[in-house]
Amino acid sequence: MLREIRPAILILLLLTAITGLAYPLAMTAIAGAIFPKQAQGSLIEKDGKVIGSALIGQEFKDDKYFHGRPSATSAPDPADSTKTVSAPYNAANSGGSNLGPTSKVLADRIKEDVAKLRGENPSVSVPVDLVTTSGSGLDPDISPEGALFQVLRVAKARNLPEARVRELVAEHTQGRMAGLLGEPRVNVLALNLALDEASK
Amino acid sequence: MTVIGWFQIILYCAIVVALVKPLGWYMTRVFNGEATFLSPVLRPVERGLYWISGVDEKREQHWLTYTVSMLLFHVGGFLIIYGLMRLQALLPFNPAGQSAVAQDLSFNTAISFITNTNWQNYGGESTLSYLVQMLGLTHQNFLSAATGIALAVALIRGFSRSSMRTIGNFWVDVTRCTLYVLLPICIVYTLFLVWQGMPQTLGDYVEATTLEGAKQTIAVGPVASQVAIKMLGTNGGGFFNANAAHPFENPTALSNFVQMISIFALGAALTNVFGRMVGNERQGWAILAVMGVLFLAGVAVTYWAEANGTSTLASLGLTGGNMEGKEVRFGIVASSLFAVITTAASCGAVNAMHDSFTALGGMIPLINMQLGEIIVGGVGAGLYGMLLFVVLAIFVAGLMVGRTPEYVGKKIEAREVKMAMLAILVLPLMYLGWTAVAVVLPSAVASMANAGPHGFTEVLYAFTSATGNNGSAFGGLTGNTFFYNLTLASSMFVGRFFMIVPAMALAGSLASKKSIPPSAGTLPTTGGLFVGLVVGVILIIGGLTFFPALALGPIVEHLAMNASTLF
Repeated sequence: MLREIRPAILILLLLTAITGLAYPLAMTAIAGAIFPKQAQGSLIEKDGKVIGSALIGQEFKDDKYFHGRPSATSAPDPADSTKTVSAPYNAANSGGSNLGPTSKVLADRIKEDVAKLRGENPSVSVPVDLVTTSGSGLDPDISPEGALFQVLRVAKARNLPEARVRELVAEHTQGRMAGLLGEPRVNVLALNLALDEASK
Repeated sequence: MTVIGWFQIILYCAIVVALVKPLGWYMTRVFNGEATFLSPVLRPVERGLYWISGVDEKREQHWLTYTVSMLLFHVGGFLIIYGLMRLQALLPFNPAGQSAVAQDLSFNTAISFITNTNWQNYGGESTLSYLVQMLGLTHQNFLSAATGIALAVALIRGFSRSSMRTIGNFWVDVTRCTLYVLLPICIVYTLFLVWQGMPQTLGDYVEATTLEGAKQTIAVGPVASQVAIKMLGTNGGGFFNANAAHPFENPTALSNFVQMISIFALGAALTNVFGRMVGNERQGWAILAVMGVLFLAGVAVTYWAEANGTSTLASLGLTGGNMEGKEVRFGIVASSLFAVITTAASCGAVNAMHDSFTALGGMIPLINMQLGEIIVGGVGAGLYGMLLFVVLAIFVAGLMVGRTPEYVGKKIEAREVKMAMLAILVLPLMYLGWTAVAVVLPSAVASMANAGPHGFTEVLYAFTSATGNNGSAFGGLTGNTFFYNLTLASSMFVGRFFMIVPAMALAGSLASKKSIPPSAGTLPTTGGLFVGLVVGVILIIGGLTFFPALALGPIVEHLAMNASTLF
């Protein structure tokens, strides 16, 4: 058995070097050369400044923007580092609410959000994605129904014709991949950027 | 449930089944030491590794030596991860300035990764440096997966050999698996993932100013290279805290679909390796059929439960299913399917938060793990887990007809059945035992995020996931406490090694037996009768073991939900 000690050390170190250093570093170099944009995080720049990533949702509160889904991410409390405070769309600490189906906290939160949205647009039923938090807290998308639901508010805040806003939503609705995989969706940041363009 | 939803599920199954034969053929060649199309490039590397390490690739090992080699390999892996985590503040590739990880969390994480569990008590982007992610975690993702496959192949050799003392050479099996199977697939796979939008960079976290003028720090890193092996090796440890729900760790519906395929690909193909090595591919297909029956039953229940939603949503007139904790780009079907796959295999990656699933939707992942993750299972671990149940099923069948049971030409006798039972019984001992301890300790109960039966399920899920080396979680539970770090680590350790050692003892004793040709009295192990028998044994043993615990958790929660009771 003693003669197994040498391979135990050397095979481990060599395979560690191959899989833990050579492989990720080589992949970083190759991927960076072939897909430079994606490898850096699909960043979006405007006037030379990074305004976010096409894949990462951000918080929108203003009436003139489409809002993303509620987010359950948190950040360390600046006053007490053992606690956390709510920090929606914190892209340095992803996570979901982890509230279960019989949670009173969750039920109260959903009820409150539904009431608020009904006040904003009483004529249509509230899409479920607008009152549920995503798994990552960084979901960049909402459902097409979730976008259409907000058209009334956005058009009013921007003094744009509703039809024009609807048109923008339709342009930014992505279908299922190959008509089959995933679900139809609207990227909120891309839609809001297009809105800003249209309002100029 | 929708037609297009079921179509996605069927397409998924069809692709996995289509990959079984070609991958099985290739892996059989690799483990038989035959040349492959990659040999011209990889063979010199392989020989170099043996030469430096003093490995004689012709010299095979007795099962005990094989097992000891495997254990030594893990001791080294543990020390590397633990050391890196404790020292990360002093080491390079740490642009976010992460400080040293606490002792108990480092211990838990090191055990977690050498056992192929990848339980996340750490939050990737908020705790670990790039160096730890690469050198610590990515490397062990490869090696714990290669170990699992090596052990499964060793057990297969036990069945396929006749009157032999040895079951292969651990160092050769691990090296060949890493070089010929895992690395080449991961290289192509990484590029695909980056193309889909996954970052692969050593640069700093990005500081962005959002459209509304707020500051947003966006964590990036060498994500794709780690995710490739995380899925292929059924490891499941996320680069980010939210794992495959994070848009950077799973950017599109296509990346999600391919990730799901890669969880099952190698595990399913190993059933074909088994068939080829014992000389009858139909033996492999029969085992895959057992897995398939259990898998589809689980998918149907979870998909149905999630599409139905919860009583809270229904009372407010919200339709579209239970979207709490799920991403829009995946929706109900791809989230439900992913949850069943990741727990059927011992992967543990999640693309939706299992804690927020409906009671029954979340119960299926729990059952999958409690059955021992034998539905395809972890790479390697799933096959040897399933073969233990097969031994038991054959034994039960033998008792019924009063004849010494045989399987693929080997007599199954007292020693084999004892080893199989030991491995099967040690799992519930850990997850039921520690759950019982946790629910009477006030400090452990305080870690629950949800009240009522759901809180109990969080604890049961944690110990089940750890013991089964899965790594997925009902994430609300605060697992990063002294109690959970140590007890979960002990569950992971026992769940891995107390399964492996009996399985290897079984391999050794089978290899030393003579192969006997089938006779008129041999139970055919390639037909529907055999498949039904194994499914029955799995469900009876599983049901007797954990049904009472399920009744206290998800079952009572489902009844409470239907009565609109909130906690």
